[in-house]
Amino acid sequence: MEQYSSKVMDHFAHPHNVGEIENADGVGTVGNPVCGDVMRLYIRVENNIITDAKFKTFGCGAAIATSSMVTDLVKGKSIDEALKISNAAVAEALGGLPKVKMHCSVLAEEALKSALDDYYKKQGKQSPVKMPAESGHEHEME
Amino acid sequence: MMPYFSGKFGNPSNLHDIGREAKDAVEEARAKTAALIGANPGEIFFTASGAESNNFALKGLAQANSQKGKHIIVSQIEHFSVLHPVKSLDKSGFFVTYLPTDREGLVNPADVEAAITKDTVLVSIMHANNEIGTIQQIEEISKITKEKGVLFHTDAVATTGWIPVNVQTLGVDALSLSGHQFYGPKGAAALYVRKGVRIKPQLEGGIQEEGRRAGTENVPAIVGLGKASELAAAEVGNRMNYLAPLRDRLQKGLLDKIEHVVINGHPTRRLPHNLNVSMWYVEGESMLLFLNMEGISVSSGSACTSRSLKSSHVLTCIGTDAAVANGTLLLTLGMGNSADDIEYVIEKLPPIVQRLREMSPLYEDMIKKEKVR
Repeated sequence: MEQYSSKVMDHFAHPHNVGEIENADGVGTVGNPVCGDVMRLYIRVENNIITDAKFKTFGCGAAIATSSMVTDLVKGKSIDEALKISNAAVAEALGGLPKVKMHCSVLAEEALKSALDDYYKKQGKQSPVKMPAESGHEHEME
Repeated sequence: MMPYFSGKFGNPSNLHDIGREAKDAVEEARAKTAALIGANPGEIFFTASGAESNNFALKGLAQANSQKGKHIIVSQIEHFSVLHPVKSLDKSGFFVTYLPTDREGLVNPADVEAAITKDTVLVSIMHANNEIGTIQQIEEISKITKEKGVLFHTDAVATTGWIPVNVQTLGVDALSLSGHQFYGPKGAAALYVRKGVRIKPQLEGGIQEEGRRAGTENVPAIVGLGKASELAAAEVGNRMNYLAPLRDRLQKGLLDKIEHVVINGHPTRRLPHNLNVSMWYVEGESMLLFLNMEGISVSSGSACTSRSLKSSHVLTCIGTDAAVANGTLLLTLGMGNSADDIEYVIEKLPPIVQRLREMSPLYEDMIKKEKVR
């Protein structure tokens, strides 16, 4: 496998925004323990701005690093800006990911979208969130 | 070994003095490798790797003896260098039975007996599993294969040099071993084939290895394998006596300090230097990376660490829950490890697990459930 970038290793070893937000405005949990990654992302929203984001992740080094990065990226953004954060942006902000770990950035995007979707639902609004169609987490046989 | 890289560079197939010198070195290594496993030198064929030995054994024995039948029996927990060749054989007219194991990784000899038909030509069951360390009942299985007149190969790559391996006691017709698994260099391994057993060469076009395996010998590596075999023959008892208590201490230390842990494998029939442990609510690679930062090298043989993102077929076979299989570490000890090293791992691993659990949503869910109860 390709090595992780120093930025990935830094976010893995010293992840930002680990934890829970009590009574969060949006919570999203994506992934599956059988696949080896589960991400849960919490957001606090005030006046349409994401003022805080925290995460808990079960997963490999890249899963933890992308969780850390996506929570960093989303803080201070408006809901509309947050909806535009893509997995590629998360991977790029980390100085790239090994090809076999790109699915972790997809999971980070999905976790964010899921939390935003939850936010809309809690507000009683129609959710504009489109979950990414391709999760990238394929299971080849051997 | 080193002189054969430079000064003693001869090709064993040449008749001149430097060729002769290389030939003698290869034959001396063959005698030492044979002595380690109780074989005759003429029954040892050098290869480049354990994977090659397994490919050679499965394909070579099946193809050379196919007039007898086309049925092959293996276990589900064999190394891929056994499972993939038999898959190829399955596509070329053979058919294969994959035997399950119990939860501790043991193949039941009665299952082997029940699976043998008049069409069965070859049984291949590994001596010990490289992941979980379970040692199979090879002697019991070979009694059955002898009685039924079926060839029996065992993959002893994980055992040779670590526990006694003797082809007479085991009663096998073929056996794979690999030098770098027991302090030899990479690039030299061997297949034992009992005298009189027919095997079809898989590398053709040369007279080397009695025509069974064409290709100029890797003389330095083979010399190294011979030396490693000589050392292993003398030291295997000491290795077991030294490593098993260290492993037991490591296991106890981790069990005492970490909750929600599963030890994989058999409680007694196991390799002395192997500890395979699954931890709930944490993922293997993240533990591996943190351990690596502390100077501790382990393997996490499970999902998301390899390209295939697939759980270990061995853990799946023994019935390990797929979620906890992802939190598996393989801790392998060697003669360079001290009692202090073991205490160091016992000190370093539990806080890593705790830290990762504190950021694990699965752990959070479990704690919340326990509170509700």
